[in-house]
Amino acid sequence: MYVAVSLAILVTMILALLRALRGPTVYDRVLAVNMFGTKTVLLLSVIAFLMERPDFLDLALAYALINMVGILAVLEFFQNRTRGAQEDGHD
Amino acid sequence: MIETLLDILSWMLLCAGGVFVLIGGIGALRLPGFYTRLHAASLTDSMATILIFVGIMLQAGLSLAALKLGAIMLFLLVTGPTASYALANAALQSGLRPVATRLDSEGTEEP
Repeated sequence: MYVAVSLAILVTMILALLRALRGPTVYDRVLAVNMFGTKTVLLLSVIAFLMERPDFLDLALAYALINMVGILAVLEFFQNRTRGAQEDGHD
Repeated sequence: MIETLLDILSWMLLCAGGVFVLIGGIGALRLPGFYTRLHAASLTDSMATILIFVGIMLQAGLSLAALKLGAIMLFLLVTGPTASYALANAALQSGLRPVATRLDSEGTEEP
């Protein structure tokens, strides 16, 4: 059953990658990368039990933390960039 | 007896979680417009996280692994909606409007 769930998560990661490559706006790409990161955490947790190596859970925890911080940093960057562009347009 | 029941329950939860993950992936790829895609991805993310982690915790039993799984699940449940909110807020602030049609009084669609 772990194999079935891992396969479902892997297929979803491929779909998220397709959306990241296609995404018309930058926010579509950020959404796809965020999805990819969350699915990585899920996949690591499932694989920890599939291969019976509970150490992988620590990796999953660390990855969840890094993913969250990374997404917020990227969003802050793009928000500041568009705000700066708008202010430049008004001046 | 109890172990068999727990196995069946965790198997069902894991399979349901896999189905939700797949639905989220297909929705994020095929729905029109950014906000509909965000909606599909974030809702199924939370549901699949609960289902898959509770399913694995039933397999882990009472151990340190179950505690770690619970910590990861709680963290994902807090950060997932936060990231979705930040994403939608950033998109709205930058001027990306939702694709929507409004119904007038006769019930016909107008853009």
